[in-house]
Amino acid sequence: MSPVDATVARLTAGSLLGRRRALLLLALPAVLLVLAGVARALSGQDAELSAFLLSSFALGTVVPLLGLLAGTGAIGPEIDDGSIVYLLSKPLSRSVMVVTKLLVAVAVVLVLGALPTLVAGLLLAGTSDGLAVGFAVGAAAAGTGYCALFLLLAVVTRNAVVVGLMYALIWESLVGQLVPGAQALSIRQWALVLTERIVGGRAEALGADSAVGSIGLVLLVAVVVGATWYAGRRLRTLRLTSDA
Amino acid sequence: MSTLVLDAVSRWFGNVVAVNDVTMTIGPGVTGLLGPNGAGKSTLIHMMAGFLPPSSGTVTLDGDVLWRNEQVYRRIGLVPEREAMYDAMTGWQFVLANARLHRLTDPEAAARRAVDTVQMAQAESRDVGTYSKGMKQRIKMATALVHDPPVLLLDEPFNGMDPRQRLQLMDLLREMGQQGRTVLFSSHILEEVEQIATDVQVVVSGRHAASGDFRQIRQLMTERPHQYTVRSDDDRALAAAVMADGSVTGVELVATTAVGSRQGGRALHVEATDRASFVRLLPQVAQRHGIRLFEVTPADESLESVFSYLVAR
Repeated sequence: MSPVDATVARLTAGSLLGRRRALLLLALPAVLLVLAGVARALSGQDAELSAFLLSSFALGTVVPLLGLLAGTGAIGPEIDDGSIVYLLSKPLSRSVMVVTKLLVAVAVVLVLGALPTLVAGLLLAGTSDGLAVGFAVGAAAAGTGYCALFLLLAVVTRNAVVVGLMYALIWESLVGQLVPGAQALSIRQWALVLTERIVGGRAEALGADSAVGSIGLVLLVAVVVGATWYAGRRLRTLRLTSDA
Repeated sequence: MSTLVLDAVSRWFGNVVAVNDVTMTIGPGVTGLLGPNGAGKSTLIHMMAGFLPPSSGTVTLDGDVLWRNEQVYRRIGLVPEREAMYDAMTGWQFVLANARLHRLTDPEAAARRAVDTVQMAQAESRDVGTYSKGMKQRIKMATALVHDPPVLLLDEPFNGMDPRQRLQLMDLLREMGQQGRTVLFSSHILEEVEQIATDVQVVVSGRHAASGDFRQIRQLMTERPHQYTVRSDDDRALAAAVMADGSVTGVELVATTAVGSRQGGRALHVEATDRASFVRLLPQVAQRHGIRLFEVTPADESLESVFSYLVAR
């Protein structure tokens, strides 16, 4: 059996990009691009400022929020309103459903997160130091991690958005920056391993470096695979309640 | 032909027992799962649909356990109680998507057949979100029928329907039953069940209270003692007079400061076994003894009390 289902993908994309949510999703990359344009116009091509903006805003804010909206949005609303029953009452593997939904969410983050990061990077720094490509690849990797994690969260708890926000804002942004040990458990730091490698020698000077070594990539893959596997398992035993 | 078997099934949520030691067999034809709200009907249907594991006991379809067994959905069509669907699609797209999710070889033809069966062809190109309650119910039904399942489970399908829609759905369910499908629907309304179900399962407070065909259940219900509150200008004399009749099993003089009566004072509680003959008897007796009747109220005709009588029996 194919690991993805075209109908599940269509249904997921439909509810993910439907109406208001799409506007919300579009707002994030729009702000990023405007910010990059303004920064370039005001201070010219500045590698340090570029790295700071790409790291803190693109990778630190836009991508986690997109991951949160896309990851939870790919399945959370259906569980909340009960329409998931139309998927669950089919002879279809639960893992196929989860993998398909994850791919749709990741596609959204790639188009609305990684791609705008690339464009913003080119706007800000041109092709110098490989910043644009480095952060775009980092954004893609982090986005995939966030989607997998937040999709699992949406299957496990009805408060996925709140819990996810707390993780993204409090753990990654606050604790992650103040407590060195916490950085080892941060999707953002894991993804920065890729950025650091692409940017190369000047990464540390520009602030495009990661707090963890190659182990970060292993952890990232482990989280994506593990979260997806477990989400499929949990979906299999998802209890539908009639109260709403 | 498929048979659902519940064997000593219980289900509790924390300290709350929703279903208590229920054993029943549901075979081809239309079965009504009857019970007051909160009796555990939905919990039972969720277990029959494989969406909830029993806390103890087993639920099987032709011998296959339902929980964690997604292959059973080839044989089950489910019409959920909740309204939520994918609102931004048309009815046709929604039914077609369901056919595709079943990986049917010809999803278009299957969707066409299902939409026609529920007579929704004329509204199939409208968004599901714009449908009336009855139309939603029918499109849900189409999604459940799209793979031509031998078993059809419907959770409170008549809720919120107008009389015409109700009749249409009743015809449809009857037809499904006559085709040899195992159709089970839940309801808290006696008349709905009476009109279409060939088999009735009554649940009250999570317990299996009665089962059989409707006539048996109806008889159980009419045989129970009926209670009336009677007020007259001479309760004591009336009590003696009605007690002489065979259909009355008990009379009690009670003080009423009760709500609903214009004056305080006394009233008579009468318990009768045969409702019809008591209703005939009372005015005759009153007239014969020159007693004026002020008020005759059935004290105990709610569905809940009918059900709890069946349980206590």
